[in-house]
Amino acid sequence: MIRKAVAYLDSRAGAAPLLKKALRYVFPDHWSFLLGEVALYSFVILVGTGIYLTLFFDPSTAKTVYNGSYAPLQGARVSEAYKSVVDLSLERKAGLLMRQTHHWAANVFIAAIVLHLIRVFFTGAFRKPRDLIYYAGLGMLMLALLEGFLGYSLADDLLSGMGLAIAYSVAMSFPFFGANLALLVWGDPFPGDAAFWPRMYIGHVLLLPVLIGGLLALHLGLLVARHHTQFRQERETERRVVGLPTFPGYVPRTLGLASGVAGLLFLLGGLVQINPIWLWGPYEVSQGTNGAQPDWYLGWLIGGLRLMPGFDVTIGDYTLVPNAFWAGAGFPLFVFLVLLLWPWLERKATGDHAVHNLLDRPRDAPWRTAIGVGLLTWVFLVFFFGTADRLYVYFGASYTTQLWVYRVLVWVLPVAAGAVAYRVCNELRAGERVARERKRAEEEAPYIIGT
Amino acid sequence: MKLVRLVLAVLRLWRNWPEAEAREPRIVAEGKPDRRAELAVLGLLAAASICGVAFIAVYALDRLPRQTQLLGLSLGLTFVFVAAALIVVGRRLVPYEELEEHYPEPAHPEEQEDVVRIVDESGSRFTRKRLLKLAAAGTGGVVATALVTPAVSLGPVFDTDRLYRTPWHRGRRLVDEAGRPYLAAAIETDTFYTAYPEDAPRDDLAAPLVVVRLDPGKLRLPAGRDGWAPRGILAYSKTCTHAACAIALYRTPLFEPTSPRPALVCPCHYSTFDPATGGTVLFGPAGRPLPQLPLAIDDAGHLRAGGGFSGPIGPSWWGVRERKRV
Repeated sequence: MIRKAVAYLDSRAGAAPLLKKALRYVFPDHWSFLLGEVALYSFVILVGTGIYLTLFFDPSTAKTVYNGSYAPLQGARVSEAYKSVVDLSLERKAGLLMRQTHHWAANVFIAAIVLHLIRVFFTGAFRKPRDLIYYAGLGMLMLALLEGFLGYSLADDLLSGMGLAIAYSVAMSFPFFGANLALLVWGDPFPGDAAFWPRMYIGHVLLLPVLIGGLLALHLGLLVARHHTQFRQERETERRVVGLPTFPGYVPRTLGLASGVAGLLFLLGGLVQINPIWLWGPYEVSQGTNGAQPDWYLGWLIGGLRLMPGFDVTIGDYTLVPNAFWAGAGFPLFVFLVLLLWPWLERKATGDHAVHNLLDRPRDAPWRTAIGVGLLTWVFLVFFFGTADRLYVYFGASYTTQLWVYRVLVWVLPVAAGAVAYRVCNELRAGERVARERKRAEEEAPYIIGT
Repeated sequence: MKLVRLVLAVLRLWRNWPEAEAREPRIVAEGKPDRRAELAVLGLLAAASICGVAFIAVYALDRLPRQTQLLGLSLGLTFVFVAAALIVVGRRLVPYEELEEHYPEPAHPEEQEDVVRIVDESGSRFTRKRLLKLAAAGTGGVVATALVTPAVSLGPVFDTDRLYRTPWHRGRRLVDEAGRPYLAAAIETDTFYTAYPEDAPRDDLAAPLVVVRLDPGKLRLPAGRDGWAPRGILAYSKTCTHAACAIALYRTPLFEPTSPRPALVCPCHYSTFDPATGGTVLFGPAGRPLPQLPLAIDDAGHLRAGGGFSGPIGPSWWGVRERKRV
């Protein structure tokens, strides 16, 4: 059976040498290498559940009257898009399971990418010869943020409508061409032309997934071409990679992980409610809801928009740069710019142009770790300020006080955290040096005593 | 022993037996069988199958309470059991091996050189290389620009004037959600109303208004807005000038020491505007006051627009002019 299949493939595609090589390809083993795989398998679930959802969704903002089974919405004037999502959720068997699993998978997908990025940054895995892989990964993260935002915007509920209004305002706020950009994308002043919804839809189900898929292929293809990185343990060197072969060692483990991710996502999708849009109601430009929070991965933007001191850059009567630009566009663009330039910056700063197959431990590169910790602290504080209104509601912490505390912390704490990280790295390294010296001394001691 | 082997060899020749001992050495490392792990895998696969069947059964049942939860539970557990079975296979049943391999060559200098030479030599017949390169780059740029030009059809890119348009002009009545005109006498203090333009589309950022009533003696409107707030009734655009969310909250002073003045609040980023002073920003990220709509009360006692907004509504953009009227 196997023999026949292999013979068939070999004679038709000349595949036997490649197969043999692929089966014995070496995977270094470390728990943190799983994060990228979690993202990969979440993406597979996203595509699968997403295809299911497209079979029911109607990307139209034409108005209709809701007359389904959810009594509080009876007679409400809603869009076809909103109605089709509510109907899919409440009238179709397994529809809600698929929709919630899709939404959870998006959250897990981006969380896994971010953790993977943090791992890659702090271990120096982005260094030559893998900087292209890193750029492809960053590209996927940026596209994934946009993809997720489009996904939950399509439902046309009150919460997502508010999000789109903010996105429109951020687009408008770009210097020089903001208004032109917004009119181009929306086709008209907000809420835009009738063609805007089909545009979002084709972007969400075709353009962005294909782009992400293309970058994914590049990411994995380059990875195979350059092989995995590894930590220095015993036999690992810059020239020799040590680990499990694809088959039989790695395949059951990674399929187990894939199955585990699928299991987790379906459990979340079935048991933990997410984005119940029939509770939010349909979007109207005249309506808003308090306590609105986006999906977690846009929390840094809402936090930034709230934290920003209130000013527009103006000359007399003219507005130049509206406020929403700084936190809504400038902040994320700056963070991504730093991340994109980092491999180059590090090469310039250290003069290290060598090929690196062995990973750093965070302590091995104190400056990188310090700057990374600082950047992460900065972004995290801005992110966390997005919860200030909830902290006020739940714990009574004054919103204004929190605002001023954060406006100070957001500059002070990253510097402090970076300094602490730098110090800790050096202490750890010094400790290791002492331990090494002691060991060597103890090894030499018997000879000294002996002679 | 030697004798036994010899006999076996002869037998093999004679019977034409397969030559078991002369087989090549194993590629995959050896390991001992583990019957308990096999049993565990069988058990886990059985559990997965049971959950999978349960999923189909739950799906087939109609009008089951908590069907989504049961579907998710059964399908999720199916995958969890499969995952557990695969992990046992990976950890306990397949041979454990640690292989070594050389990393691929970091660079191929000879091939690099050859590629450069191929490109160089291919261009050896050109004499005016720089000019041709320039011409090719220019043409490429023109072709690319030509190809993206149709994208301009996506929207009225250059027509930013339409961002100033509003349905509000002198005389238009303010109506409520059901389309009934607002009576000035019905507007009370300490609450707020959402008003729409009569006979005009409502899904337009410029359409919704927030209407409040304050003590006329406490109003401090900017110069030039005399008579904009008859009987202390004020109307502002309901669209936040920061990020276009609806101003959906109204803070009335329930307790003077902590909330000294009434305020209109946007729930998205908490921009807070003062209705008594012409919508100026009290707090939050908004950079521009909320545009005010002058009001008038007609003979029937209905609220009407007394003119256009005091400034452009909605989020700001590069070049937006505070006093431009279209």
